[in-house]
Formats: sequence, structure tokens, C-alpha cells
Amino acid sequence: MKRVYAKEEVCIGCRLCEVYCRTEHSKSKNIIKAHKKETPRPVARVLVEELRPVSFAVQCRHCDEPECVESCITGALTKDESGAVVYNVDKCVGCWTCVLVCPHGAPQRDLERRKIAKCDLCPDRETPACVDFCPNGALIYEER
Amino acid sequence: MSYVIIGNSVAAVGAIEAIRKVDKEINITVISDEPYAVYSRPLISEYLAGQVKEDMMGYRAPDFYERNGVTTMLGRKITEIERARKSVKLDNGEEVAYSKLLIATGGSPFIPPMKGLGLGGVMTFIKMDDAKKLDAMVPELKHVIVIGAGLIGLKAAESLHHRGVKVTVVELANRVMATVLDVEAGNIVQKALEQAGITIITEDTVAEIIGDSAGMANGVKLKSGKALDCDAVVVAIGVIPNAGFAKESGVEANRGIIVDDHMRTNLTDIYAAGDVAEGPDYLNGGVRVMPIWPNAYIQGKIAGFNMAGVDREFGGGLAMNSIELFGVPVITVGLSNVESDDLEVLTKVEENSYRKIVLRGSTVVGAVFAGKVERAGMVTGLIRDQIDVSDMRDRLLADDFGYIDFPIELRKERLGVS
Repeated sequence: MKRVYAKEEVCIGCRLCEVYCRTEHSKSKNIIKAHKKETPRPVARVLVEELRPVSFAVQCRHCDEPECVESCITGALTKDESGAVVYNVDKCVGCWTCVLVCPHGAPQRDLERRKIAKCDLCPDRETPACVDFCPNGALIYEER
Repeated sequence: MSYVIIGNSVAAVGAIEAIRKVDKEINITVISDEPYAVYSRPLISEYLAGQVKEDMMGYRAPDFYERNGVTTMLGRKITEIERARKSVKLDNGEEVAYSKLLIATGGSPFIPPMKGLGLGGVMTFIKMDDAKKLDAMVPELKHVIVIGAGLIGLKAAESLHHRGVKVTVVELANRVMATVLDVEAGNIVQKALEQAGITIITEDTVAEIIGDSAGMANGVKLKSGKALDCDAVVVAIGVIPNAGFAKESGVEANRGIIVDDHMRTNLTDIYAAGDVAEGPDYLNGGVRVMPIWPNAYIQGKIAGFNMAGVDREFGGGLAMNSIELFGVPVITVGLSNVESDDLEVLTKVEENSYRKIVLRGSTVVGAVFAGKVERAGMVTGLIRDQIDVSDMRDRLLADDFGYIDFPIELRKERLGVS
């Protein structure tokens, strides 16, 4: 399956991937409304790690045998036929077991909703928003 | 050929999903004494709190059994394993033949002997029916005594509190969640509970439950001599494996059914997984009952693969818990509360948050996160993969600890970054 990979030598830590991830996962899909008006504010499913000069973005790796799926106490996390780890937000109760087990630190806590937020590979888009809007091509979406 | 699974919770699902990855054809029969399709046991507290309705408690989609070609026999109890005939006997005398058998019968509440256990209003809290029973009683409840400040007891206390019931928790140890939390983390959790209005009594226990003339519990007498009025008692001291019938049929069991690293019992073609099993322990070696949800799924999965003929080894159970009580999240992994000369402990204490890393030599073997739990799994991963952390020691306590602190080669391997 296609996954998102980072190229750290061209990532400048601008965090636009986080901005566009939030926007894509907002109600309005409008960058200003998403960040300044919507309550609860959308949470980015991608996280930029930075210790200058190194930076890169991390998001769900959609593992082959995902620990989050095997550990989720409610069945909110499942692996679909395409291989993506998908998430049923209505079933999440904010127990943070996926936060406890994910070795990539991918599930983010959405403290306003008391639920997790994780990369869904942007099902409404051809290419995930973080990849499309990275100004430096520091994120690539490909099959390896 | 037919696989029979006794039990219908997470270990059974782990097994079914693994078997079906390998074999789409073979008959699978699930037999369980509970009448429900597989549901999330941990959610009974959310159900009691009124936050999750029954129709949202399914652990898998309603068509799970159909889609996986599983025959269910629900509301039925196994009385015996007929080894010679390779069949299991049900409580109505019926027999079901197996070519391979998985025992995934879970555990039952441990209830120590005490006076008054037979009174109305004395409850346990691990199954759907327990939650329904307690839920129906709530309108009449004013004060409930919870015996035991472990995960189950505290979640029951929180749920009842949300329903407007006054709750007192009585715990024998000197703090809440004493098996996994050290004093520091225990204090954070206890403070959150007490601020919410729950009374916690430590270093004491219920010696006797007292009833009225109608046979309903109406008070408890503590070991210290103190007496408390109440109208229900929830016994939440611990869980013991449901291994009795298997033991009688010749399956080797200690506390739980002893399994090897392939989830095999001492008997040919009989496997066990989940809370009923006493399986390999990742950090301590030996075997241990580890009644936690993720462990049960993984053991079920390993059992399923091996039953279906795919050799898969169980790496060993790693103790881990995640719980949130009154908005305070707490995560523990591995040797979170063990003191020993060969262990080194790093801690960071802040207002309302606590982070602890336990090292053995150059690897992490335990961790506690309270208040702030973001990306805790990065540390769980270090424990599971026995990563040498010599070069990241100074960063292990940082709130933003992450891949940036990993040796570049390891980061590349894990993330595929270039």
C-alpha cells in the first residue's frame, strides 16, 4: 500500500503539513476558519519533530500488524482491505491505549473531544493533504 | 476438521482473525456462557456512567461471525473436555467435536470469604450483566462501597459518581492502583478522585457486610472497626482465571492454564489464551497470568496462527495499563513499580504530571506517565524492542521525546525517512 514518507534533508520544520492536516480534517475545510473559528479545533494527525537543524514529519505508519488495532479496547481501530489503519471516532472513548502501545507515537490526543486523532490518509483526496501542501516536497506518498 | 473456541471475548476474536488470515474454510465454533455477541468488557464502566449505550459496545461489527464463517453457541457452559473423543461437553449434555481447541474463558472476580456476601446489593463488576444489574439499581443508590482500588474498582467508582451516587473506595494497600503505580503517581490519581468527591480509605478493608431484615446490604464493618452505611457493595479486588473445568480434564494449570510460547497447553491440540492463560512473561521470564486486554488479543492471535498451522512465537506478555480517571490520564508499562538494585529510576515531577523511566543497564524496562501521556508508546516501543538508550538517556524524560532522539539509522528503519 501507499504510505507517507519523510525526507528530512529538505524538511525545514515549517509545520505547514500540520496546518493543512488540521484544515483537511476541519468541518469548513477553510484554513482560517479551521484554525480560528471552529470549536473544537481540529487536531493535526501529523506531527513535526524538530531539533535544529533536523526536522521531519511523523504520522501513522499503517503497520502490517498494528499494535493499536490489536490493543484498542473498543474496536474503534481496524485495518481495512487496502491496508490502512482506519478509525471510527464514534467508538473511541479516550482510554489512550493506542497512545500507550504505538511505537511511533502516532495517535494524537484530542483533548477537547476526549478522543484520539490519527492519520486517515485523507480519504477524500487523491494524495494526503500533508504531502500535497508541503512546499519542499519533504513528504512523499508512495508504495515501497 | 473443526476448531472450537471456548470463550467469546478479545482472545477469541484475536484467534478468529488470525485463523481466517490463513484458512477461510475450516469450521470455527465459538461457545460462551454469556448470551452476547462479542463486546468490549472495559466499556461496562462507560455504559454504567451513561456515556456509551449498549448498541455501541460491540467490539466487532454485527456481521463479524457471519463474515468470518463462525458458528456461535451462546449462553452455553462447557462442563468437560472429553479428550479421548476430542470433544467438549456442554451443560445440556450435547457434545461438540474439535480437531483443535482454544480455551479462552477469561477470568472471574476474586471474592475473599467474608460475612454477608450473599446479601442483595453485593456485586462484582466485570461483565455486561454486572453493569446492567448495577445500572438498574442506580436510582435507589445513595452510597456504594467499592472494595479494591485497582482499575476495575476505580472505574466503577467513577461511573457511579457520574450517576450521582456517593462512593467510598476501601483499599488494603496504602494507595490506589498499588500494583502498578508508585507513591508519586498514586498520589496524583488519588488527588483527582478525592477532588471529584470520592472518599478513599486506604490500609483497611471490609471485614463484614451487614444486611437489613429483607436481606439487602445496608452497611459494612471495616477491619479497623469503623462502620459505614451503604446500599450496595462492589467487590473489585482482582480476577482469577476460569481454569477449573480444564484442570479437571487434565490440562495443566497453576493459577492459570500454563501455555508455552505457541500458546500450547500440555495436551495435544489444546491451546489457551487471554486472562485464563499463564503465559511467558517478557520482562521477568517464567510464566505469569497477565489479565490485560492487549495481551489477550495478541495471545489469541498467536494461538490462532499456530492452530491454523502457521508457526508464530509469542514474545511474552508485557504488563501495561492505560486509564483515565476524572480527566487525569495514567499510563504504566513494564516494571513500573518495582524496586531492585539492578534498576535505575529517572523521574520528572511537575504540578499534576509525573514521568518515570526505569532502566536496567542500557535498556528501558518500565515507565509511568501521569497527567501527560503524549506519545507514551515511543517508550513502550523502546521496552519491547530492547533498544540501547545510552545515547538518549538525557532525553527520555522530555515531554517531546521522540524519533528525533533516536540514532538516525534506527529512525530511518522505523519511519522510512530518507
